[in-house]
Amino acid sequence: MIELRDLTKTFHAEGGPVHVLKGVSLAIPRGEVFGVIGRSGAGKSTLVRCINLLERPTSGRVVVEGREITALRGRALREARHAIGMIFQHFNLLSSRTALDNVALPLELAGRSRADARAAAAPLLELVGLAGKHGRYPAELSGGEKQRVGIARALASEPSVLLCDEATSALDPETTQAILTLLRDINRKLGLTIVLITHEMPVIKEICDRVAVLEHGEIVELGPVFDVFTSPTAEVTRRFVRDLVDRALPANLVARLAAPPEAGGNPVLRIVFRGPSANTPVMAEVVRRFGILLNILQAQVDYIQGEPYGNIIVEAIGRAEDVAASLEFIRSKDLKVEVLGHVAGDARAVA
Amino acid sequence: MSPAMLGLLLDAFLETLLMVAVSSTLAALVGVPLGVVLVATSPGHIREHPLLNRVLGAVVNAGRSTPFIILLVAIIPFTRLLVGTSIGTAAAIVPLTIAAIPFVARLAEAALREVDPGLIEAAQAMGASPMQIVTKVLVPEALPGLVAALTITVVNLISYSAMAGAVGGGGLGDLGIRYGYQRFLPEVMLAVVVVLIVLVQGVQSVGDRVAQRLNKRLVRSRPNA
Repeated sequence: MIELRDLTKTFHAEGGPVHVLKGVSLAIPRGEVFGVIGRSGAGKSTLVRCINLLERPTSGRVVVEGREITALRGRALREARHAIGMIFQHFNLLSSRTALDNVALPLELAGRSRADARAAAAPLLELVGLAGKHGRYPAELSGGEKQRVGIARALASEPSVLLCDEATSALDPETTQAILTLLRDINRKLGLTIVLITHEMPVIKEICDRVAVLEHGEIVELGPVFDVFTSPTAEVTRRFVRDLVDRALPANLVARLAAPPEAGGNPVLRIVFRGPSANTPVMAEVVRRFGILLNILQAQVDYIQGEPYGNIIVEAIGRAEDVAASLEFIRSKDLKVEVLGHVAGDARAVA
Repeated sequence: MSPAMLGLLLDAFLETLLMVAVSSTLAALVGVPLGVVLVATSPGHIREHPLLNRVLGAVVNAGRSTPFIILLVAIIPFTRLLVGTSIGTAAAIVPLTIAAIPFVARLAEAALREVDPGLIEAAQAMGASPMQIVTKVLVPEALPGLVAALTITVVNLISYSAMAGAVGGGGLGDLGIRYGYQRFLPEVMLAVVVVLIVLVQGVQSVGDRVAQRLNKRLVRSRPNA
């Protein structure tokens, strides 16, 4: 359990104070994978650093597993940090130590002998899939392997929390996927709470249970990933989500869309499927039952946390009363449908 | 060159080795920790302390800007206090060490500053104390740079030690001046210069090799890779 209460952080720069965090409150239950997304400069890096006090918040409290971290200093703070693992965008491995010795480092810092620490580090390298690479130096490892070493190192002191600071931002998409899968496995196997910050929507979509959207040092949106993604309310969230689930309409369609229904014009509908409804052949049923034609202008199905989410834009061709009945039917199936506008029937020929 | 002259050359060589070895060891023992303090107390570092940092920085700069030949004579009372005499090889070691300490401190500071701040942050996140950060992160990571710094120091001390003749410190430089120059024996001068060149070359290449061996940042092909 991680609790952030009214965190603020103000940096004093030459041009005056910069308010990086403006009262952030969060509660992250044990075992959750919690994502924080924001654009660069939103304050997400500062936020995650406040959890282990790499940055001391200007005001507010941080409580991890019932212990108020913000009340600790010196030795007590260092002890508390053993229970909070962290991985970094640029891995931050010691170039002078082998993979095994990097993983052993936190144990040595906790006062164990080097031999003892090494013995404890070996199974961790196996856990992250680097069994044969004990003696390799970071320079001899790929980016993905380095991050695996980073993860093993973060797990060495058996933390209850793992902080991930843009942990996949320096990796290619395929390696990102592999690292996220590993994090998910670790989360399930060890019951670790994971707090992950990123500017990449796919990362959140892939492994997070809940997400907070940070903008100008404030949380503008917070909730289960599926809800935030499929019905974003904040402008910044919409922008993040756009490429993923809410793609913009093609420009030539927008140009032809007319708001008022005109004679001979066909309505353009956006139908949103989510959850189980995405698995039923509603479209086919509409066509068969109401005798209208559906001309698909844009379609997309995505999976968020394994749940399907579809977004289809169609031009409905048919008699007005049949189209109205179709809309009614679609709504009765728990699908969201909205009329975006109308296109003139003859304009189609032009397009 | 006569056998007697060769004997003199050997003695001078050994004196130079002794002066340089002792003074560089002492300078490293004091200078490297001083470099650590200079880095650690600098703004935003693990033990920020602006006043201490500024004072130490000023002392180090003062030490570095004093010409060695002046330092040599200026600290004669101190040398006498320490080794009981101001003449001879042992007496020369004192000013050599004192001149080298600020030099080592600045070079060590530069090498330690090269360590990626991300590593310090990672160590802090793991609960490392400032002392642990120094011994487990800063120094091991800067080791190739520190070895390079010490190599430069040794080479410099070899050159400085030639001036130790001014206090009767002996050594190759002294031999070259007294026999090669004052007695006009060009072959002695030449021999001294050649020995010094070989010595410096040797020190530099050993230092380079050790630094390279310690540097794990570069990928080297390994037989079992």
